[in-house]
Amino acid sequence: MSAVETKPPRATSRRRFGVPAGAAPRARRSVVPRRIPYLLLAPAVLVMAATIGYAIVNLILISFQHFRARELILGLPTSWVGFDNYRYILGQQEFRDTLIRTLAFTAVNVVATIALGLGIALLMRQVGRALRVLLATSMVLAWAIPVVTATQVFQWLFDRDFGVVNWVLTQLHIGNFQQHSWLSNPVSLLGIATLIVVWAAVPFVALTLYAGLTQIPEDLYEAARVDGANAFSQLRSVTLPLLAPILLILALLSTIWDFRVFTQVFVLQKSGGISSDTNLIGIWAYHQSFGGSPNYGRGAATSVVGAGILLIVTAFAVRRMVRMGGER
Amino acid sequence: MSVLAPTVRAPRTAARRRRELRRGSPRRRAVFAAIALVVAFLWLFPVYWMINTAFKPSGDIQSLTPGFLPLPATLDHFRDAFGKNHFWDNARSSLIVTFSVVTLSMALAFFAATAVARFRFTGRKAVIVLLLVVQMVPFEALLILMFIEFNRAGLVYRLPSVIIAYLVFVLPFTIWTLRGFVAAVPVDIEESALVDGCSRAGAFMKVLFPLIAPGLVATSIFAFIQAWNEYIYANVLLTNENATLPVWLASFVSAGGQIDWGGIMAGSTLFALPVVVFFLLIQRRLSAGMTAGAVKG
Repeated sequence: MSAVETKPPRATSRRRFGVPAGAAPRARRSVVPRRIPYLLLAPAVLVMAATIGYAIVNLILISFQHFRARELILGLPTSWVGFDNYRYILGQQEFRDTLIRTLAFTAVNVVATIALGLGIALLMRQVGRALRVLLATSMVLAWAIPVVTATQVFQWLFDRDFGVVNWVLTQLHIGNFQQHSWLSNPVSLLGIATLIVVWAAVPFVALTLYAGLTQIPEDLYEAARVDGANAFSQLRSVTLPLLAPILLILALLSTIWDFRVFTQVFVLQKSGGISSDTNLIGIWAYHQSFGGSPNYGRGAATSVVGAGILLIVTAFAVRRMVRMGGER
Repeated sequence: MSVLAPTVRAPRTAARRRRELRRGSPRRRAVFAAIALVVAFLWLFPVYWMINTAFKPSGDIQSLTPGFLPLPATLDHFRDAFGKNHFWDNARSSLIVTFSVVTLSMALAFFAATAVARFRFTGRKAVIVLLLVVQMVPFEALLILMFIEFNRAGLVYRLPSVIIAYLVFVLPFTIWTLRGFVAAVPVDIEESALVDGCSRAGAFMKVLFPLIAPGLVATSIFAFIQAWNEYIYANVLLTNENATLPVWLASFVSAGGQIDWGGIMAGSTLFALPVVVFFLLIQRRLSAGMTAGAVKG
């Protein structure tokens, strides 16, 4: 995005989109532009405040209430219970396990996505035109496949009875994978989920990084070569520093998206039949709210804790992004 | 985009020599080519396998030695898929919802992104932080609250409910992305338009808008994906008749008994097709957006 652009002098920014200094009467310059940004923001901000903003405030309020299906359906008044819901979920061993599992899942997925995306972007710079078009096309195709579709396709690839993966692994004598059930073991279920997430997420990262790579002037590499830099130190001293802003954005977005993974694991659980050992935090919150004994207060508290932890994990990146954005 | 072209064009021969220098020895090139083929295969295979299965007769799908070509091919699964539940109604809903979400989100995001990228005002930093923080709240957690809200507004079981929900889900990200595009357009261009006698609104629409158009196209993909793919909200906020296609697709799986992989893959292929077409149409502009003006030598 707008990361490394040089900072425009402050004096000019006031009249951005305005009349050049001295060309307009004073009143017009100072009054009209001041209202314009708020008018431009108003439609988006109003619609978001009325829906998602209102819902988030309510989510936080409910997390401090005793609020179950009974209260919802009958419209009964809810009672305030302070931090009871939070105390309850934090006291659950299952919640703590879920949280650690979610963090590990996120870390593995983000690192794999960024590493593979960067590798493929660099590869696209190295190969000839035909291979580059092939790589770009396969990336775009995979990117276009909807999440629900991808989850089903991977389930079919790894199907116990007729899945092609079991057949290939058996034919290659890697082991006897006939009737091997990938979804009945928590680790391999989350492994398949990781495959789906990474397969679907890499194209965006790879194509974005490739677009970034094409903007690095060739002269910089030439200068590095003159200085005797080999391929690895060119990568370290030229490519990575210049890509750093994009990598930061991508890592931040990937962390947010992967921490919130829901559909892929949810669908796999339904077919695999195991859930408590493979829950991620979003799914656990969902079960609290809609599961056996629905309790929206506890579900809301789980979501608030999850969002809070995500915020803490990403605080460093968010701060840097805001500082970069602030230069605009 | 001017940033894509190197500032000084070297003679062609020199450029080619440089590129060869970068790629290295023939052996190294062969290794890279091999890796590229493996990567392309890994990313294409699931898509190929989906199409392959969709065209296979059911008997061939449930075979212990999978056939790598759909021969003999059949259209049975597609015929079944069209006839299942309310395909045509659901397809119509999907088109309406997706079109509405894309146009509305692009209009609102364009205005908001211009405000954030072009003006300095009190509360600007707060807006930027909020745009990021809102994305950290899991939307599944808001489902029941949004349902209550829409119920009160009389929108439940009607298309505007999901249109509004998807719109507010995509706005933070689309505003954030568009901001980069707007910021990449030099302020001077607008100023010279103003000097030439355009009004401020005229400069905004005539000069800035055309320059941002590629960015709008690239950003619209996220709105498109959200509106086309979302399942949980569509399932709860709509009825079977006016639901969007993900609900239709999910109905294949819950059939019970032996899983109908041929039907699911045919449905998945049909469902993915419009997205693939849309992506291929706007492919060139896809990723430029994220990096517009980000890297400068």
